[in-house]
Amino acid sequence: MALSFYVHIPYCIKRCGYCDFNTYTPNELQDGATLEIVSNDYIDAVLRELDAAPKDLVPTIFFGGGTPSLLPPDDLGRVITAIKARNGLTEDCEITLEANPDSVTAEKLQRYLEVGFNRISFGMQSSKAHVLAVLDRTHEPANVRKSVDMARAAGFSSISVDLIYGAPGESIDDWRESVVEALSLDVDHISAYALIVETGTKLAAQIKRGDLSMPDDDVMADMYLLIDELCGTRGFSWYELSNWSKPGHECQHNIAYWQNKNWWGLGPGAHSHIDSKRFWNVKHPTVYKQRLFDDQSPIADSEQLSASQIKDESILLGIRMREGISLELLGPRQIERLADYRENGFVVLEHERALLTPTGRLIADRIVREITI
Amino acid sequence: MPAISLAKAPQPASTDPAQIRNFCIIAHIDHGKSTLADRMLGITEVVDPRNMRAQYLDRMDIERERGITIKSQAVRLPWRSGIDGNEYILNMIDTPGHVDFTYEVSRSLAACEGAVLLVDCAQGIEAQTLANLYLAMENNLTIIPVLNKIDLPNAQPEKFAAELAKLIGCQPEDCLRVSGKTGDGVKELLDEIIKQIPPPQGDANAPARALIFDSVYDSYRGVVTYVRVIDGHLTPREQIQMFSTGVRHEALEVGVISPEPLASKGLGVGEVGYLITGVKDVRQSRVGDTITTYNNPTKQPLAGYKDPKPMVFSGLFPLDGADFPVLREALDKLQLNDAALVYEPESSAALGFGFRCGFLGLLHMEIVRERLEREHKLNLISTAPNVVYNVTMDDGKEVRVTNPSEFPSGKVDVVKEPIVKSTILAPSEFIGTIMELCQDRRGVLLGMDYISEERVEIRYDLPLAEIVFDFFDQLKSRTKGYASLDYEEKGDAIGNLVKVDILLQGEAVDAFSAVVHRDKAYAYGIMMTAKLRELIPRQQFEVPIQAAIGSRIIARESIRAIRKDVLAKCYGGDISRKRKLLEKQKEGKKRMKMVGRVEVPQEAFVAALATDADIEKVKAARKL
Repeated sequence: MALSFYVHIPYCIKRCGYCDFNTYTPNELQDGATLEIVSNDYIDAVLRELDAAPKDLVPTIFFGGGTPSLLPPDDLGRVITAIKARNGLTEDCEITLEANPDSVTAEKLQRYLEVGFNRISFGMQSSKAHVLAVLDRTHEPANVRKSVDMARAAGFSSISVDLIYGAPGESIDDWRESVVEALSLDVDHISAYALIVETGTKLAAQIKRGDLSMPDDDVMADMYLLIDELCGTRGFSWYELSNWSKPGHECQHNIAYWQNKNWWGLGPGAHSHIDSKRFWNVKHPTVYKQRLFDDQSPIADSEQLSASQIKDESILLGIRMREGISLELLGPRQIERLADYRENGFVVLEHERALLTPTGRLIADRIVREITI
Repeated sequence: MPAISLAKAPQPASTDPAQIRNFCIIAHIDHGKSTLADRMLGITEVVDPRNMRAQYLDRMDIERERGITIKSQAVRLPWRSGIDGNEYILNMIDTPGHVDFTYEVSRSLAACEGAVLLVDCAQGIEAQTLANLYLAMENNLTIIPVLNKIDLPNAQPEKFAAELAKLIGCQPEDCLRVSGKTGDGVKELLDEIIKQIPPPQGDANAPARALIFDSVYDSYRGVVTYVRVIDGHLTPREQIQMFSTGVRHEALEVGVISPEPLASKGLGVGEVGYLITGVKDVRQSRVGDTITTYNNPTKQPLAGYKDPKPMVFSGLFPLDGADFPVLREALDKLQLNDAALVYEPESSAALGFGFRCGFLGLLHMEIVRERLEREHKLNLISTAPNVVYNVTMDDGKEVRVTNPSEFPSGKVDVVKEPIVKSTILAPSEFIGTIMELCQDRRGVLLGMDYISEERVEIRYDLPLAEIVFDFFDQLKSRTKGYASLDYEEKGDAIGNLVKVDILLQGEAVDAFSAVVHRDKAYAYGIMMTAKLRELIPRQQFEVPIQAAIGSRIIARESIRAIRKDVLAKCYGGDISRKRKLLEKQKEGKKRMKMVGRVEVPQEAFVAALATDADIEKVKAARKL
């Protein structure tokens, strides 16, 4: 069985207003510290955790965070090298770096390629300054185009941008402009997510205070349909609910998640899935490091999935994908329940599979609830 | 000393009626009846001071807690008069204190020749006092006016003596002054009872006739029937017969209460006591019925027997559907001791299986509910109470409607609703707000009298439907708690009533229908449709909500279709959480009810139907 790896880099220069990822600014970790100080032994800890993983062949590696591009390319390269030596990589192993458009240079990009990366994803979010301001992002919109072009020039074979829609104050026209801008870049892949305001974030507080207000759900629905339509016209097909790409440029790593393959998450707060068991590491980088340097496992908790849980997961993950789910996963009563949704154009049946239409994708969670009862 | 030991006192079955005095105490709630009773038990030494406890005669927990008497008791008190020095037997018959139990009160009164009218002289005369006073007068009882709580610093005996005197038609100085708490004046009261109240009259040789004025189920002894012998006598081990059912029983045990049951050789003319027949169902011993002997039965029953008639109906549903059998069993048990409680199974698309219950009134309903919840540990939802309508169709057919969903469709000629005559006593400064409330509730003013300079009695005819819900609460809050209310049935009257249906996607939802006055139909429709719009979650299609009278739509709202119900991100770390959320939502879906194609969570139904107090309960339980 193949084994994918996720590597978490839990550092950022600044926390964005909407972010609730497991990431820390140097100051949050240690008063007055710099990035170097807090991260200098981080990779050492990661390599220790790697020792516990199975040794199967690796088809994908994904560096996420935080801001992976904050660390020197060679630091990240150490992990790739170790995995290669220990497990072996497939011939076409996809190795992705998540990068901030503000923190890449041509030299760094070159070095990333040299240490093994072949795919890069830039956090674009929006092309509109006022939306970026609400999201509290640091980058200059123009940096995105520059970074993409640099990445292409350096030789990355697959380039992606991430977009966010539905920020307070964003109109559907603002969104259209962002999408059009993204599609005009030299990219092969686009991800787009509706903004979710998580409790405890700065944005949540602002909204609670009444300083900002979320757009209507229906406007968000229209925004989704818009990007789906625009991507379609420019040769990007949807292959997952929130992901569009040119043929052959689908993100294999993420597909491993949705197809419930085996994957191991390295780093604090990282999740893993090995043979129907899910487990996840302690969240705080300092605790994580301490555990590993004390020769202890960084695993915080786990769950062994039951047959029905595995089934539920297959449905909830599978239905998000272009190929949908096989009807064999559903009992006759569940297929019956789909009838209503089919009637209203949310679901189609094709070759013994149930697929979501664009409006169906918008209510995917609802449909999943319906058919997993 | 005036107290006589029981052993030496005249014995039951051999007491001369001339030595007997049967009396009851009429009082408003909280005016100190039970405390006075305690004092009498103590002074006659029927209860040893060591065994005395407050509100001694209140046996039910609820009675003791709330300080009200629900069930009657009859206690035999021996006493030597301080006036003439002779021995007497006083039978103190306790009466239920609340308007809901008027019939029971009237039967207790029929067992007496006199009544002590007890008024708290810090509070004054209340509506209830009046109602029971009129009842006593109708039964030709001798009334002894007594002012209680003279020990209180804010007592105003002169003021209320004057009011009382005016009411009864006596002199202010005729009003006795006592304190049930300290015992002041109680001996004198016992003497006055002997002096003023006439002894019972009856024929010892005639066929036996005894009035049942109460029956209580006891888990050890079965039904205990309280009786007042009018003619003849009752002897233990004799065959007796209930006049209304014709059923024959054996009088296994006959005795008196003093204050614990004491078996005796029997009961003679004028005596008050109990008998046990071994039956387990209070419906076999009906209040107001006549007991006679099987071998020499009377042909003339005592007057005044009535079947209990429920006036208020409400649905009772267990919060947890699995508790339905528990509720059923609980009601079965309660019924053993409550001849007036009626119930039948009911099912609601919304609330599942439950019972439609009939009560004598709101207090009865509250008491039953509280007993169910407390004694049987049930969590209940009650639907707002409603009343019985009598509908006559165009073709002459008559339909009795206890539930709005039974309201007939088709051409309705006439709708009749129960009316009650209500008496409100309050400080005169609140006249305006009270009249406003009554008018709003379709009241017809019958009259108004000042019973003193600052207190007024206002009488209104009101539809029972208008007061079963929160009339009393409203009355209290508008009058800062000072107003008191009493009401009695006054038959049916024609009302301009219609049934309002609530439709979801064109389909009527029975549970939400209501019978309302035509003038209020629109407001009801608006309220309900708006409420449901908030409570029903969005579906994948638009849901019109309408209120209709017949086929005419009078209000409408709409729930937009949901277009977005998805969490966009789903990467490695999200999967576990997403699945757990799904598992939780699956549980939630089990509590969904389908109304046509519309998915409605149970909580929404409950919130729409239940009384406000229950909504809070449901929210707390389900974190709505």
